[in-house]
Amino acid sequence: MSEETKKGFFRSIMDKIAGGESGAEESASFLDRLKNGLEKTKKGVVEKIDILLLGKKEIDASTLEELEEILLTSDIGVKTTVELVRTLEQRLGRSELKDGHALREALEEEILKRLLKHHTSLKTDEKHPFVFLILGVNGVGKTTTIGKLAARYTATGKKVLLAAADTFRAAASEQLAAWGERSGVDVIRHKEGADPSAVVFDACRAASARDVDILLIDTAGRLHTKVNLMEEMKKIRRVIEREIPGAPHETLLVLDAATGQNALSQARLFKESAGVTGIALTKLDGTSKGGIVIAASYEFGIPIRFIGVGEGIDDLRDFDPEEFTEALFQS
Amino acid sequence: MFDSLSKKLEAAFRKFRSQGVMTEENISEGLREVRLALLEADVNFKVVRDFIDSVRKKAVGIDVLQSLTPGQQIVRIVHDELVSIMGGGEDNSLNLALKPPVAIMMVGLQGAGKTTTCGKLAKYLKKEKRRPLLVPADVYRPAAIQQLKIIGGQLGIDVFDSQADDKPQDICSAAIRFASLNGFDTVILDTAGRHQIDDYLMNELAEINSAVRPAEILLVADSMTGQEAVNIAVGFNERLDITGVILTKLDGDARGGAALSIKAVTGKPVKFVGLGEKLDALEVFHADRLVSRILGMGDLLTLVEKAQSVFDEKESARLAQKLKKNRFNLEDFLSQLQQIRKMGSLESIIGMIPGMGKMMKQAQGDQPSEKELARIEAIIRSMTTAERGDHTIINGSRRLRIAKGSGTTVPEVNQLLKRFSEAQKMIKQLQKLGPKGLMKGMGGFGKRMLPF
Ligand SMILES: Nc1nc2c(ncn2[C@@H]2O[C@H](COP(=O)(O)OP(=O)(O)O)[C@@H](O)[C@H]2O)c(=O)[nH]1
Ligand SMILES: [Mg+2]
Repeated sequence: MSEETKKGFFRSIMDKIAGGESGAEESASFLDRLKNGLEKTKKGVVEKIDILLLGKKEIDASTLEELEEILLTSDIGVKTTVELVRTLEQRLGRSELKDGHALREALEEEILKRLLKHHTSLKTDEKHPFVFLILGVNGVGKTTTIGKLAARYTATGKKVLLAAADTFRAAASEQLAAWGERSGVDVIRHKEGADPSAVVFDACRAASARDVDILLIDTAGRLHTKVNLMEEMKKIRRVIEREIPGAPHETLLVLDAATGQNALSQARLFKESAGVTGIALTKLDGTSKGGIVIAASYEFGIPIRFIGVGEGIDDLRDFDPEEFTEALFQS
Repeated sequence: MFDSLSKKLEAAFRKFRSQGVMTEENISEGLREVRLALLEADVNFKVVRDFIDSVRKKAVGIDVLQSLTPGQQIVRIVHDELVSIMGGGEDNSLNLALKPPVAIMMVGLQGAGKTTTCGKLAKYLKKEKRRPLLVPADVYRPAAIQQLKIIGGQLGIDVFDSQADDKPQDICSAAIRFASLNGFDTVILDTAGRHQIDDYLMNELAEINSAVRPAEILLVADSMTGQEAVNIAVGFNERLDITGVILTKLDGDARGGAALSIKAVTGKPVKFVGLGEKLDALEVFHADRLVSRILGMGDLLTLVEKAQSVFDEKESARLAQKLKKNRFNLEDFLSQLQQIRKMGSLESIIGMIPGMGKMMKQAQGDQPSEKELARIEAIIRSMTTAERGDHTIINGSRRLRIAKGSGTTVPEVNQLLKRFSEAQKMIKQLQKLGPKGLMKGMGGFGKRMLPF
């Protein structure tokens, strides 16, 4: 292609993305969005929907097409977006939605419905020790989430123990040990390169012997497509199951909010081979919306438990579907 | 890596092909499929929209060639356009021809893979006869400094002795002084992960940038990133004027559309891709190969290159000799298996072979896994030397013994032997390529010669 058309292509994209109309450069973090959520003026998606609909008496095909694009930018995914738009279309067809306001509410309602479908809360009091197995791909925030969970449960007076079963990544156990220190919690660790199952074995024994309330097991990041690493994960699970009957009580998949459609593949394969029972969504303090968790939770029947909103020890929240939906619609 | 996208595009193109004549209408229908495929591959929707527009413009009004179907013509336009956006033909090598020590600054979000990539890059540069110094400048994440120190130790590459209570700006300046005093020609700065909207931390990078003036500022981006890739890339680029991108974790099944988004909005080239957790899993980025992959043509060249760098030369020569004399046996096969395994995980090798990705999708469930490889090894190891030398002597009772010895079943042993015979036939055909063709033939390994 000619140099000119290429420049034209780049420039036109630059204009669209950096230049303005999209509002991308102003996008605020989830925290801000949470705060803004309380304000009356709603920006972002909702505003766009309003603009879309204000001048138009009728909600036509191109309106819905634009709506589709707005949803796609939140990483909600092609499939869910198409489903949502189709549902809205049907409701429009039945004349349930008279104006933009109704359309907006319907959209929020549909999303909330998906998030609530599998929403349950964790009952860590019912088991002793209550065992968390934390897993996910590389760099999503597993160790950090464990650090935060350790602080949270310690603060409620529980006795917490950490297991450093990431024996693969350089300095992974040192990283976990640093988190343990912050909450004054013991960490069971072996040397780098040791068998992770052996760490888990020791940790399970120690948890029972020391009368621990909460055992948090950190594992090495692994891509869900690596058969051998998923086998290793199964072995870790078997050790836990054998040592503490009924455990792990929560197998928590950590997902990074910046992840796109691949999160679905992660949820599917980790659920298949490791029996995931909950999701923690991290890094929502950035501009990412993490919309893909809607489908990840809905399609695979996995409740979302926690969200990570920063690197600090207190930056962990319980997942709140209403709040999340609201924030999704703020820019 | 771009398997699903390939599949989608193939489906879209099949629609083109089934049309006799290229019309405005059938183009837009097909292009809608391409649009959806790209969106599903995480390409930013605005980038997709512009891409589709520009493909449409190219396609409409074009002479319908006699030699190609309209579908093939569109394929070519989509292909060329993708290559062009991804920087095909542009120079994407590192620009280190400055007065040493030159600095390379690695930046990106939390968890993108910066620290590991620093190690990989250092190893790569060492191979290129440079003398790199690794500099941990992530003072925030617990044990991040230590992580890089351990990686340096594993690679035999020096690591600057940063302390977590130092300021990153000071660490970087001191490291440059240290490098010039101690004869290091390249300094690799590992900075902490940060969001592009974090003013405090972005300022820190800007300060390091003006103090150190790195020759390269590389944005390390996770290939699994979704729509946000565009905001991330624009954010870092505006602040730091990055010089390139390293795309990580491409050994998974991420469709990697983020690469397209980043390149499209910044114009900055992807320079390397990360293909695994091991420190040699870094490869130079090739736009045409990537696009070939997008379009389902596989990445044979990478595989051949890899085979050439990993295969033990003496062993290869020995095998070539045997092949020539037509005496390739199970023992040799085992040795080849082991060499192939050195090239990385089987999954990543298979992904590079044309058509294999597709085949694996079709054959879901019985795709060759590491586990299966291990089983094949176990079976061969349970054979006597005589059996390995001549598999035709393996009769029923021997099969039973081998199955027991390897913890497998007789049908599994049978399958291996049957496929090995087939492989032997393949080898005879390969021989016709001559000794030089042998290496090229390696590309065919996973596909036809491995008995699975
Ligand atoms: N901003 C932000 N960073 C996070 C969050 N959770 C984890 N991180 C960072 O992401 C990076 C990777 O985290 P880590 O816990 O080591 O990931 P792991 O490899 O999955 O154990 C670190 O730099 C963390 O500080 C979060 O909620 N927000
Ligand atoms: Mg970790």
